[in-house]
Amino acid sequence: MKLTLKVWRQNGPKEKGKIATYQVDDISEDMSFLEMMDVLNNELIEKGEDPVAFDHDCREGICGACSMFINGEAHGPGRGITTCQLHMRSFNDGDTIYIEPWRAAAFPIIKDLVVNRSAFDRIIQSGGFISVNTSGNTLDANAIPIPKSDADAAFDAATCIGCGACVATCKNSSAMLFTSAKISQLSLLPQGKPEAKERVVNMVKQMDLEGFGNCTNTGACAVECPKGISLENVARMNREFLLASTTKS
Amino acid sequence: MANTLVHNFFDPKFVTLEIIPNYFKMSGASALIKSSLAKKYWMALTGLFLCFFLIVHLAGNLTLLAGDSARAGFNAYTKFMTSFVPIKVASYITYLGILFHAVDGLLLTLKNRKARPVKYAYEKPQVNSIWSSRNMGVLGTAIFVFIVLHMGNFWFRYKFTTLPTDVDGNFDMYGVVVESFKMEWYVGLYVLCMAALAFHLYHGFWSAFQTLGVNHPKYTPAIKKLGFGFSILIPLGFAIIPIAVYVMNL
Repeated sequence: MKLTLKVWRQNGPKEKGKIATYQVDDISEDMSFLEMMDVLNNELIEKGEDPVAFDHDCREGICGACSMFINGEAHGPGRGITTCQLHMRSFNDGDTIYIEPWRAAAFPIIKDLVVNRSAFDRIIQSGGFISVNTSGNTLDANAIPIPKSDADAAFDAATCIGCGACVATCKNSSAMLFTSAKISQLSLLPQGKPEAKERVVNMVKQMDLEGFGNCTNTGACAVECPKGISLENVARMNREFLLASTTKS
Repeated sequence: MANTLVHNFFDPKFVTLEIIPNYFKMSGASALIKSSLAKKYWMALTGLFLCFFLIVHLAGNLTLLAGDSARAGFNAYTKFMTSFVPIKVASYITYLGILFHAVDGLLLTLKNRKARPVKYAYEKPQVNSIWSSRNMGVLGTAIFVFIVLHMGNFWFRYKFTTLPTDVDGNFDMYGVVVESFKMEWYVGLYVLCMAALAFHLYHGFWSAFQTLGVNHPKYTPAIKKLGFGFSILIPLGFAIIPIAVYVMNL
């Protein structure tokens, strides 16, 4: 395959960026999108140019590191996949592909396609945990009976890999799908109940502090989410926050 | 005070693994006024209230379809609606509701713009969301302009100008409405604005429930269907009236 790539290049957080155009010729349709980027970078290095910086780690769709806004969609075309699971057979020979970083004030660009997603870490730190007494007789988690439907819903929320596709996709750069998944995975379970009110208030507050936008319920996040996180989580966050902020002392 | 230390989260020196201090813990009151979610709750509540107002407004308007025989009844109804105190109070609450909904929407839009200072060069939003959900501000602005024109044309003239009276001595509001609906451009504009209202309601009705936390596999399909029906029937009901009056007076 021969492709024309339009890639966002930016040297550093404060530098001015621009779209650079590259041609790549020997691309197999069996390559993943990241392998195609590796081919591009090899060519750039051979030419003595600076390779394109992009995030990647597990390359099997479970770590949430790879990002990239490809041809107008987070993780490119296709549903339920990350960029490493996107294959070049999804494109045609001769295509022009736009590759841009996640765009959000809360995700400042570090270099090229790499953005700083530590805002997500700070949201989790503000309440995405349960306090467990570890001094001695730790309880077996399975000692508490949990309805199957609750366990399943909590697990579905917990599959969020924190990749940031929801923020990148949302026209408002809202992080509500992410935050609500992290709230739901705990509040649905008995172990998460004691801190549920504080958790939702603190995590929403931190989300606001980071400068994410407001959800307008377009639902684009849930469509582009590689893990299929549902908008039901956002509704759960909405009602828990409403209840918590009206009843919390 | 244990935690008086203030962090700048955007400072690159900020260490992610540092324990977050408690200083930002929100009180209940500020959570319900200042938070991102609070602005959304108010948007949803005022929106649903305005949906209810639309039903009441349409019920009165539909009497116009009876033609000239509705003149005395419509004029008496207008007088009742503008003089009965509980209705007057309700109408001022409605004006406030509209203004609140518009200002809150504007504030949310401005904050959302700030959240994405650099736009994408290539966007394909149509593959993951519907047009009306992305253009609520534009649709809302069209509706707001319509409301201003509409108030100027009917409410202002009723309140602040001298109108001819009918057989019962009531101001002939029926006559004013019919005169307006004889003008093609006015009928066209009215129908166009009702289309904007339809798209606004199509996203807004369901969206209000989602914002208030009502999303459940058992009920959400029904709420979406109800919203779809509401977004078609109410604007259609309003739009039929100027067309019918125009046709009846050809």
